[in-house]
Amino acid sequence: MPFALLKYAARSALKGDHAADAHFHWTPDLKPAYDVVIIGAGGHGLAVAYYLATRHGITNIAVLDKGWLAGGNTARNTTIVRANYLTPEGVAFYKESVNLFRSLSNELDINVMYTERGHFTLAHTDAALNTARWRAEVNTHMGVASEVIGPDEIKRLCPTLNVSDDVHMPVLGALYHPPGAIARHDAVAWGYAKEAMRRGVEVHTQTAVNKILVENGRAIGVETNRGTIHAGRIVQAVAGSSSVVASMAGLKLPIRTIPLQACVSEPVKPILDQIVVSGSLHVYISQSARGEMVMGGATDAYGLYSTRSTLDFKESLMAHMLELFPFMGELKVLRQWAGMADMTPDFSPVMGLTPIENYFIDAGWGTWGFKATPVSGVRMAECVATGRQPDLLKPFALDRFRSFDLVGEKGAASVGH
Amino acid sequence: MKIMTCPVNGPRNISEFAWGGEIKPQPDPATCTDAEWTDHLFLEANTAGVVSEWWLHTPTNTWFVARRNTVTDEVLETMTADTFFSRRSDTLR
Ligand SMILES: Cc1cc2nc3c(=O)[nH]c(=O)nc-3n(C[C@H](O)[C@H](O)[C@H](O)COP(=O)(O)OP(=O)(O)OC[C@H]3O[C@@H](n4cnc5c(N)ncnc54)[C@H](O)[C@@H]3O)c2cc1C
Repeated sequence: MPFALLKYAARSALKGDHAADAHFHWTPDLKPAYDVVIIGAGGHGLAVAYYLATRHGITNIAVLDKGWLAGGNTARNTTIVRANYLTPEGVAFYKESVNLFRSLSNELDINVMYTERGHFTLAHTDAALNTARWRAEVNTHMGVASEVIGPDEIKRLCPTLNVSDDVHMPVLGALYHPPGAIARHDAVAWGYAKEAMRRGVEVHTQTAVNKILVENGRAIGVETNRGTIHAGRIVQAVAGSSSVVASMAGLKLPIRTIPLQACVSEPVKPILDQIVVSGSLHVYISQSARGEMVMGGATDAYGLYSTRSTLDFKESLMAHMLELFPFMGELKVLRQWAGMADMTPDFSPVMGLTPIENYFIDAGWGTWGFKATPVSGVRMAECVATGRQPDLLKPFALDRFRSFDLVGEKGAASVGH
Repeated sequence: MKIMTCPVNGPRNISEFAWGGEIKPQPDPATCTDAEWTDHLFLEANTAGVVSEWWLHTPTNTWFVARRNTVTDEVLETMTADTFFSRRSDTLR
C-alpha cells in the first residue's frame, strides 16, 4: 500500500485532519545557474530529475517546460507497458522498465495503478504470424514471458474478441505476452515530479527554452522566456519538439514529427480485461479503470507539428475495431485527441551523449515511449551523472546511424504501443 | 476530407497521396565521405514551418512537389518536379 495512504489514515484517525499535503512545491524565481537543466517536464524529463536526485545525489536541478506539467505526450498516450520487443537490445531495455514499473507505486508513494492485463498482438497474415514466432523466440531467450497461441486459446482467454472466419481478416493467431500492462500516465509523471521536488529539484512550467548557449563545442546554458540560465549539464527530453530543440544546439536528428491519434469511448462496466493489438489492421484497444475503451491506430500519413484530430482516423480505426469487437457498435466515442510523435527510421529511441559536450539527448520516442519512462530516467540519470554512455543505452546512441547499426523495432513497435 | 491538388491529375482526396518527406540536397555519392552519405540518408531537418517536400499520387505513380506549412497543415502550392527545380534556388524554401 502506498505510504501516503497510511499517513493519511493515521493522521485522520489521530487528529481528525483530512487534508493531504500539497503535491508540488513550486518555486517562483529561476536561479541564475543550476548543475543540471532538463528541458521538458514530461514523464521522461521528470524521471531523469528524480533519479539524479535519488541515485546520484544531484539536486540542484531545474526542469523547464513551455507548457504545463506533463501536458505533452505523457498526458496523451494510451498507457500500454510491455517488454515483448523484437531485438535483444530492445527487449533487455524494456524489460528493465517493466521491472521498475512493478514497484513504482511504492517507490513514488502514489498509486500509478499499474495493472498487468495480458497483451495480445493479433496476426491476420502468415507474415505477421512469422514475426510473432520470431518475437516469441527472442523474448523467451531474454526471459520475457511471450508465446504464440492459436484462435481457440485466444477465445478462451479473451471471450469478447471475435475470432470467427466470417470477417474481412480472420485472426490466425497471436503473440501472447502475459505481463502486458497499463498504468495511470498522469500519476507516473506526478509521482516523479512530487518526489523530485521534495528533494529540492525545481520544476518551472510556462518556461520555454528559445536558445541553447554553446561555446567551443560545449553547452553552457539556455535562454528562456524568463531569462538566461547557466547549466553545468543540459538534457533535452521534449518528444515531438526534439528536432526543434536540438537544432537550437546545432544538432540535426534522424527524426520526423508525425501526429499519433487516439480516442476513448463512453465508460461502460468491465468487459475487456486484456490489451488487444493488431499490427496488420493497425488498431489497438484496452479498457481503462474508469471503464472507457481506449483505442488507437497508426501514426498519421504525413508529418505535422499539430495535435489536431481527424475524421479519417476514426473511420479507419472503427472499420477494423467493429470486426474484432462487434459490441463496440453500441458505444459512442467520448473524446479524441493527438500527440506529436518523434519517429526514428528504426523505431528505436535516440539516447545519451551527443557531439556537444555536456549536452544529453532523450528523444525518438515516437509512439512507444511511455513504457520506457522509468528505465530512461534511471539510465539517462546515470549517463548525465557519470558522463558515460551506460551499457544498456549503447545500442541507442545517436551515432548508430553513421555505422549502420540500426536497432530495427518496426516489427514490434509499429502499432503495438 | 482534405483535398490535395496533384499538378498532373488535379484535386484529389488526401488519402490518394503518400508523403515522401522534405526535399534535401543529395551529396555526390562518388565524392562525399561516408559520414556525409549516412547523414544524408538518415538526418532530417524536420522543419516546423513552410517546407518543400515530395508527394506521390499513388494511383498514377506521379511524384511531385508541394509547399506545405507543417504547423498549420496548409498546402500552399503544388507543382511538378520540373517546375520546382527550374525555379531559382533563392526563391526555394
Ligand atoms: C496518442 C498516443 C498514444 C501513445 N500510446 C503509447 C502507449 O500506449 N505506450 C507507450 O509506451 N507510449 C505511447 N505513446 C508514446 C508516449 O506518449 C511518448 O513517447 C512519451 O510520453 C514521451 O514522453 P516525454 O516525457 O519524452 O515527452 P512529453 O510528455 O511530450 O514531454 C515533453 C515536454 O517538452 C516540452 N517542450 C517542448 N519544447 C519545449 C521547449 N522549447 N522548452 C521547454 N519545454 C518544451 C513540452 O511542452 C512537453 O511537456 C503514445 C503517444 C501518443 C501521442
